[in-house]
Amino acid sequence: MSKKQTEILVGGFVVLGMLAILFLALKSANMASFSFHPTYRVLARFDEIGGLKVQAPVKSAGVTVGRIADISFDNKSFQAVVALDIDRQYAFPTDSSAKVLTAGLLGDKYVGIEAGGDEKNIQAGESIKMTQSAIVLENLIGQFLYNKAGDAGKDGAAKK
Amino acid sequence: MNPAEITAVLGRTVIDRLAGLGHAAIFFADLVRHMFSSLRRPYLTIAQVHAIGNRSLVIIAASGAAVGLVLALQGYLTLSRYGQADSLGLLVALALVRELGPVLTALLYAGRAGTSLTAEIGLMKAGEQLVAMEMMAVDPRVRVLAPRFIAGVLAMPLLGAVFSSVGILAAYVVGVWMIGVDEGQFWSQMQSGVDVVKDVGNGIIKTLVFGVASTFIALYVGYESKATPEGVALATTRTVVISSLSVLFLDFILTALMFSTP
Repeated sequence: MSKKQTEILVGGFVVLGMLAILFLALKSANMASFSFHPTYRVLARFDEIGGLKVQAPVKSAGVTVGRIADISFDNKSFQAVVALDIDRQYAFPTDSSAKVLTAGLLGDKYVGIEAGGDEKNIQAGESIKMTQSAIVLENLIGQFLYNKAGDAGKDGAAKK
Repeated sequence: MNPAEITAVLGRTVIDRLAGLGHAAIFFADLVRHMFSSLRRPYLTIAQVHAIGNRSLVIIAASGAAVGLVLALQGYLTLSRYGQADSLGLLVALALVRELGPVLTALLYAGRAGTSLTAEIGLMKAGEQLVAMEMMAVDPRVRVLAPRFIAGVLAMPLLGAVFSSVGILAAYVVGVWMIGVDEGQFWSQMQSGVDVVKDVGNGIIKTLVFGVASTFIALYVGYESKATPEGVALATTRTVVISSLSVLFLDFILTALMFSTP
């Protein structure tokens, strides 16, 4: 085999390999960890965040508009302080509300933002005032049992 | 055997093994050190990429297609039990890109390219070609060993990517055209579930590590083989066994590092 032929074949092999890598990267994967959209940071305080993790999505109307950047604990108010990095192309009114929701029935937690009605938009560094904490399954079960016990007590008292 | 003899034999074995490990480590350092001088004659490396890479394409592509076909069939069987047949694309892509692509490519590479490297180096040693080169003040590590090492490290990621891509396409052919999984769901679930950096990127890192390990083992075992026909035959067997075990063990370590939850 001549030198020229070998070089051409090797070049072809390298091109084929590169094409395969490109196919895997572009056609069968998403570039979610590569999106370099500029973001602005907004804070939100919750009484209970459940299993919310850093890098979880921030969604509005079901569409991802940002990511959780940081989660910390405020020792004075005993609340969780969550920093949200929202895409700069999306603006929300100052009276928007943030809720900790669950993807699917028992999936991962994420933050959902519902737009309010104010004319002014929330700026970087400001806080979302209206927040709703995550639903904790144990508290829910405890409430349900307490209500059940209360109904049984009322029925017992009514019978007497 | 009395206890003194047993201790002596044990001690001798441990010391010999340690010396062998050290010898291998020095060999590896030499390979890396001479990589750059050997790139001054690029045709040496190109010829080796042809011998290692191009000649492995057929088996890698065929195996990738076969694995993709089987994954699609078996995956559909189990997924349709839970009504999740639409996730077939996601299952096949993750299985191939994260694990099966790198590991199976490395095992096939060890068997195909590793044995041919070992046999070649072993026969060169048996025919005293390496010694003859040294006599002529040509460093055999620069002329013979380092180009093969670079070629192996270069070729492995490309072969791994070809394996995974052909597997995904083969699964598409079976899943969408033959079984009837929804085409849109096949690709969209795959695209939303496979991450470029965390899945594809980690898979390519794995192939790089496996390439370094397999090629180094093949070259070392060939270089240290006994200069007889039986010696070369034994060396090729040892290459495949040691490479395959190393690849599987490294895969466990890399998977634990890359994919475990913090």
